[in-house]
Amino acid sequence: MSQSQQQVFRLKAGGRIDRSRTLSFTFNGQHYQGHPGDTLASALLANGVDIVNRSFKYSRPRGIVAAGAEEPNAIVQLGRAEAAQVPNVRATQQALFDGLAACSTNGWPNVQRDLMGLVGKLGGRFMPPGFYYKTFMAPASMWLTYEKYIRKAAGLGRSPMEADPDSYDHLHQHCDVLVIGAGAAGLSAALAAARGGARVMVADEQEEMGGSLLGSRETLDGTSADQWVARVLEELAGCENVTLLPRTTANGYHDHNFVTLHERRTEHLGETAPVVNGRRPVRSRMHRVRAGQVILATGAHERPLVYAGNDAPGNLLASAVSTYIRRYGVVPGRQLVLSTSNDDGYRAALDWKEAGCEVVAVVDARDAPAGDWVDAARAQGIKIITGSAVIEAKGSNRVTAARVAKIDIEAFKVSSPVQELACDTIASSGGYSPVIHLASHTGARPTWRDDILGFVPGLVKGVHACGGANGTYALGDVLAEGVEAGIKAAAATGHAAPTVNPPSVERLQQGPAVALFQVPHEKPSLRGPKQFVDLQNDVTAAGIELATREGFESIEHIKRYTAMGFGTDQGKLGNINGMAIAARCLNRSIPEVGTTVFRPNYTPVTFGAIVGRHCRDLFDPERYTALHQWHVERGAEFEDVGQWKRPWYYPQKVNGKTETMHEAVARECLAVREKVGILDASTLGKIDIQGPDAREFLARIYTNKWEKLAVGKCRYGLMCKDDGMVTDDGVTSCLAENHFLMTTTTGGAAAILEWLELWHQTEWPELDVYFSSVTDHWATMTITGPESRKLLAEMTDIDLDRDSFKFMEWRAGKVAGVPARVYRISFTGELTFEINVQANYAMHVWQTLFKHGEKYGLTPYGTETMHVLRAEKGFIIVGQETDGSVTPEDLGMQWCVGYDKPFSWIGKRALTRSDTKRENRKQLVGLRPKDPTVVLEEGAQIVFDPKHAIPMPMAGHVTSSYYSPILDSGFALAVVKGGLKKMGETVYLPMADGQVHEAEIVSTIFYDPKGERQNV
Amino acid sequence: MSNAVTFDTRTDTAIPVESPLAFSYRQSGAPRAGSSSRVQLRERAMLGHLILRGGAIVLDEAVRDVLGISLPGKPQALVQDTSGERSIQWLSPDEWLVIVPGGEEFPLETQLRERLGNSHYAISDVSGGQTALEITGEAARELLMKAVIYDVHPSNFPVGKGVTTVFAKATTILRRPSEERWELVVRRSFADYCYRWLLDAAAEYSVNVEQ
Amino acid sequence: MFYIYCPYCGEHREEEEFHPKGQAHIERPKDPEACSDEEWGNYLFFRNNPRGVHHEMWVHAVGCRKFFNVTRHTVSYEILETYKMGEQPSITADSQKQPREPAAVSHQEGVRA
Repeated sequence: MSQSQQQVFRLKAGGRIDRSRTLSFTFNGQHYQGHPGDTLASALLANGVDIVNRSFKYSRPRGIVAAGAEEPNAIVQLGRAEAAQVPNVRATQQALFDGLAACSTNGWPNVQRDLMGLVGKLGGRFMPPGFYYKTFMAPASMWLTYEKYIRKAAGLGRSPMEADPDSYDHLHQHCDVLVIGAGAAGLSAALAAARGGARVMVADEQEEMGGSLLGSRETLDGTSADQWVARVLEELAGCENVTLLPRTTANGYHDHNFVTLHERRTEHLGETAPVVNGRRPVRSRMHRVRAGQVILATGAHERPLVYAGNDAPGNLLASAVSTYIRRYGVVPGRQLVLSTSNDDGYRAALDWKEAGCEVVAVVDARDAPAGDWVDAARAQGIKIITGSAVIEAKGSNRVTAARVAKIDIEAFKVSSPVQELACDTIASSGGYSPVIHLASHTGARPTWRDDILGFVPGLVKGVHACGGANGTYALGDVLAEGVEAGIKAAAATGHAAPTVNPPSVERLQQGPAVALFQVPHEKPSLRGPKQFVDLQNDVTAAGIELATREGFESIEHIKRYTAMGFGTDQGKLGNINGMAIAARCLNRSIPEVGTTVFRPNYTPVTFGAIVGRHCRDLFDPERYTALHQWHVERGAEFEDVGQWKRPWYYPQKVNGKTETMHEAVARECLAVREKVGILDASTLGKIDIQGPDAREFLARIYTNKWEKLAVGKCRYGLMCKDDGMVTDDGVTSCLAENHFLMTTTTGGAAAILEWLELWHQTEWPELDVYFSSVTDHWATMTITGPESRKLLAEMTDIDLDRDSFKFMEWRAGKVAGVPARVYRISFTGELTFEINVQANYAMHVWQTLFKHGEKYGLTPYGTETMHVLRAEKGFIIVGQETDGSVTPEDLGMQWCVGYDKPFSWIGKRALTRSDTKRENRKQLVGLRPKDPTVVLEEGAQIVFDPKHAIPMPMAGHVTSSYYSPILDSGFALAVVKGGLKKMGETVYLPMADGQVHEAEIVSTIFYDPKGERQNV
Repeated sequence: MSNAVTFDTRTDTAIPVESPLAFSYRQSGAPRAGSSSRVQLRERAMLGHLILRGGAIVLDEAVRDVLGISLPGKPQALVQDTSGERSIQWLSPDEWLVIVPGGEEFPLETQLRERLGNSHYAISDVSGGQTALEITGEAARELLMKAVIYDVHPSNFPVGKGVTTVFAKATTILRRPSEERWELVVRRSFADYCYRWLLDAAAEYSVNVEQ
Repeated sequence: MFYIYCPYCGEHREEEEFHPKGQAHIERPKDPEACSDEEWGNYLFFRNNPRGVHHEMWVHAVGCRKFFNVTRHTVSYEILETYKMGEQPSITADSQKQPREPAAVSHQEGVRA
């Protein structure tokens, strides 16, 4: 088959395509050809492909309607390889490349012979709006099952099942003026702003900048419109202060002029980014733009007319017909009937005629149309039928005829006998709707204008709308408005207004348009053939009418009931018609009914571009200590604590078998209790506190007393919020009279520093004190166990004698030749030394400890062992034993509360509130399972009476639970109502599997209750 | 003296040290791209970093006497001595970052404390807790635009400016000590993340890492 | 994504650098022990939620780490001013009543799903 035979609807000349090169592609497995410059849609039309999809709900055959972002039908699945699958691509926006493979997302077994269509035909009557709500409501548990099949039938495309080979990224942009849309208005605005010296960005969603000027009949400054575009683009490209972004959609407009631009960098080149110099360039990029001023030059979408059968292939927008002819050299049919309510529509008939095809008739809803284009059509001998409209399209797989009659718009009825005109294409124009989507994202409410029969955008601070987006359509006015917006925006960002004269254009005479949103039919809407309003979501005029009859009055509710303007469509073609129909049914005006809120994204954005580089191993920061490599090499399993990677446990190989976590933790626990273990505790937050009022500050922020802590001493402290609930804990050491080092929990470090600053900056600025984070400066190595003193003594000049370096003291000296601060504090209950050195020396000190430690059985342990050991001692972990509803008294930690401190410290007052004083609060206790082999589940609910009828009163829950190797028994910490007065009593833990565990309430201290081991 | 304790955490003896990026070089490598490279990375490791807190008036004189450069009073200002080896950066109205050659930080702290006497201020040594990454090359600015939310356009980010801002999902100090040099000061625990992020984002510019 | 002028840095900075800290000008009672439970509860838990001009405290967390106040319109999200800790706002709901009802920002009533 030769190329010309294949592309039977391609014109011999004209358009912006390169006929010297041929591109091959497939659609639904069929091979076709097109040219560089084509979109997938224009190439399909050139090849005479009528049916591109089946509709969402009724499974009706659908064809291409539009030529841009507003296309509701030609939404395809792209990709040959599994990894390159992209759903939701509009064929009208996808540039053709060699080897492109696309298929329809709807239709089974295929779009030509669709079995679902039968259901649609039968189901039409049975699938009114709200069908899903009404039909699939009960039982609720079945919804997931229903949804699976509904989605499959609806065919919303699918995501790839293999990893994406491409990369994506973000670019943080800042500019004075962001121009969105590079048509006549946008280019004029950009030029004016750029000449004024502003930093300008221009984003345009199409393959080429120029917008409607690329297919315009008009001339600017005596040259063709596309020549003017080329000149302007050349000037802009030469400006250092201008960034031009073609193939870039402004998909979201957020607060304070923050706009996200989705730039498709390689989507026009292949289904994956082509390899250049052995590397794949970034496939698509999200520009996150903070703009001083935003100019919305997004143009307008033509409104189709709503008539019966308006969804069959062959029904197109009048402007799309012009665009396909003039820009792509494709006539999408042979015999045209044009139905219009305005002069603009006539352009399609003129272009069709000039392309050498037959214009059967122009059907104009106005009684006496008059204007330059109407005259031109008459001069071409085109038949014009006035006061009439196409009331119905015949044909299902392709238009075969137009039924035309006189209509009475006021009375909403057909007022003459119907004549049938044979044709294969019906173009319709109901006027234009400004593209107000982006402005709508900001929350600004659009304003209805009767003179243009459309909504114009509401504007927040720093945004300008011009041209079609502002309801201005005459080219001369559009250009002037663009220049004005550019000058204003540049001036608002401090750039002098340049003199820019808009190009001169011929002023056309145009007659007024008539408001026509739904074309009447001989039968009432609810009984007649379907008149589609929203083609993507299969919403009909009858559906909207029914919704209003069922009592829906708010347009937002009608939207949700009918699905009008849902999903990726966001009401681009149908919304205004739909609102107008709702207004008529409710007997209200359009502004009274108002519009729904359009939301981001304007068109679908691939997840890759949203995620950018924040994926795989860069998904989230991983914080490492200075000893991380050692842990990795030792085979540690890691636990996430905040963003830190902490060794969880170190499984060893025993007899060729790797230990389980349980085995490793048991071994590590016993090593600490019997010999010596070592923990990397570098992640603890450390805050350097200096100033004469440091001590006073600590007394206000901690629950306990600090006035007598001497230099060289350490103290455990508890912090509450002012509601009396525990929020953090840690040891703070007195380094000098005016100098303290506070430690915080690993996860709380940043928040606690902010907390200290909050009180200092807002309530107590008179206190002379400063806080600085030194968390990362120090590496902390905890050696703990009966042998720890002997080990440390081998490598330090610090006197470790039990009487000269007591428990809860710190000393400075050298460890392994490195300056170190050593703290004698303990979180295990064993004799413990925390060695702190500058992090750059940490690896040396750690390795030296192991050199000396081998003979003592030095064993590295992780966070799991740390948890077991501290729980055996009844030491709390904030965030595990506490959850923001636990006071120091609930924890039985009155010993850590300075009730008589002079200043009413943070949290104190709340401890005497009626609720915090209440009897029966949940209190921290130990639980000993009656069966020692049982390890209770953390989070398990506790009850006093397991025989109580359901719902059982809950008495508390398990906060921590482990197996203790030293006790050879399970044990737990729990909060239990009035628990401190229930020592020795039995509680019950009913589990999901029907088992009920019994446990005895005991002290929280399971091991070494007198605390002798840490004091040796 | 302000009754705070000082502590020299460095030692003269030949003890091996590991900069924050030592792990990263071993784990992720250090690509060499030679002359085709459009962006270069280099860690300025083991420098002396001090956080200075106090009133500008109190600190300014002492800093000028001891360090020979005046305390930047304007927000986001970065000043350096003529060699470029010593710098002070405004971090907040009462907070500055001082970076000096490694080993100078302790004598500097001692001298400042002597000079400042009993006035209210604080000095914290954070030399082990952060490191400086130098970025140069024609693609340096575009690379920064990928990672940093702050506007790095020369009209907004001239030489002699420094800010604390967001780098990818971490925090960084970004400074511009000279026309062609940018510097990131990152916390030790985030250094590997930042390094991997930079390698990934700079791959398209044939990044060259100088060790 | 707000663009917030930090009164200490003297620049507009991206929202990602800031943390919101709730309603501004909530003062801790000078003598908490003298407060009734109700007064203390009001201090702890009760906050305004106006439609319109609102004063909030923010902190420039990734930046100068200073707390400051923001006067923000809760419908338009427009930031009317920012001011340092200890200062009073020059724009309040009362001062706003006459001159500048923010234009074209009223929301559609109804669901926002």
